[in-house]
Amino acid sequence: MRLLTHNMLSSNIKGVTNGFPLLIEAEKFIEKTVDFNPDFLKNMYPKIEWKALVSAATSMGYNQLPEEVEPSMLESEEFLKKFHHALLELHLEEGALICPETGRRFAVIKGIPNMLLHEDEV
Amino acid sequence: MLGFLATEKERERWVQDQSYKHPQIFYNDTEARKYTSSSRIVDIQAKLSERALELLALPEDGVPRFLLDIGCGSGLSGETLSENGHQWIGLDISQSMLSVALEREVEGDLLLTDMGQGLAMRTGVIDGAISISAVQWLCNADKSCHNPRLRLKAFFGSLYRCLARGAKAVFQMYPESLAQRELILGFAMRAGFAGGVVVDYPHSSKSRKEYLVLTCGPPSVSTTVPTGKGEEGGSSSDDESSGDEDNHTVSISDRHRPRKKMKVSKKDRKWVLKKKEQMRKKGNIVPPDTKYTARKRKTRF
Repeated sequence: MRLLTHNMLSSNIKGVTNGFPLLIEAEKFIEKTVDFNPDFLKNMYPKIEWKALVSAATSMGYNQLPEEVEPSMLESEEFLKKFHHALLELHLEEGALICPETGRRFAVIKGIPNMLLHEDEV
Repeated sequence: MLGFLATEKERERWVQDQSYKHPQIFYNDTEARKYTSSSRIVDIQAKLSERALELLALPEDGVPRFLLDIGCGSGLSGETLSENGHQWIGLDISQSMLSVALEREVEGDLLLTDMGQGLAMRTGVIDGAISISAVQWLCNADKSCHNPRLRLKAFFGSLYRCLARGAKAVFQMYPESLAQRELILGFAMRAGFAGGVVVDYPHSSKSRKEYLVLTCGPPSVSTTVPTGKGEEGGSSSDDESSGDEDNHTVSISDRHRPRKKMKVSKKDRKWVLKKKEQMRKKGNIVPPDTKYTARKRKTRF
């Protein structure tokens, strides 16, 4: 699972008001090279929760991202490269996602998070 | 996941079959592999996803979009999205199907999730969604805690939330009955979607395909439903306000038209001569053509 997906995921357990961001418990992560596409990054930028991305990247051992960002930084190729790497090339392979409110663990196996809820959580 | 069923009979049997099975159980390891190893299924799935992507009508500026593939299965439909350069997340309830998708090294991310429990996504982040032959699963109640109405409500409600304003969602589906189609459409409308059903080739039992095209946001000029393929003069385009009734009558008459009438073959003299010629070319012994060949018999014969 890429951090792009992690940035969109939010826990939808019944009664949870703020299920974002899910904490990452990384046991194993891998890097895959993906074609660099600045247009996609510029299109995605407004939708990304930056703080969540930075902390997610840090928990995966990547701390090159700046803490604060502003839209003008999208002109810089260097910034875009880092953004691209964090968003699309870091994969969480084994581990868990943890709901920030209830502490419920969603296991990640072979890169697929199991987001199935129990009957009483719907 | 009915795309591969070409004939009405096959489809009916499948629908019956699935009405007491659950995708989580139905698509076990063998079913999942069978599904993906048939080149015919792969081909049909690719065509369906291609058309769904077309109906999604994303702006043609070459910018990759962020899409959802709901009920992605083994990632056959996602492959079409990747080919068109888009980033996507695939959702499915069947672990076996997702395992096949992993083996096939699809480019999108995969999530094991039940769409009837609502989508676990943030608000307004998705640029569009496609779903190939999956929504009708929502109408099944496979566990005692399942209520199709609640599941449909949760699904469409959460989908509406996670789509960006003006984004579209296209569902290719095979509703079991008219009532089921109305149910699905009704819940989509109640969630706030505008749109309706597009029927491709409404007069053909084989290639008839239904797409539910929904737009996130209030109805406007930009949310009009595109017309289906293979229609005459748009008479059967299924526009939710006006064309609905018409289309229903068309589809009913279509479905109940006797099959025999549809293929009336004229075995006249020309046809007989052609067949005889073919047989001759094969080297068979064929009586010569005379004035008596394929002559009319009296009725008492």
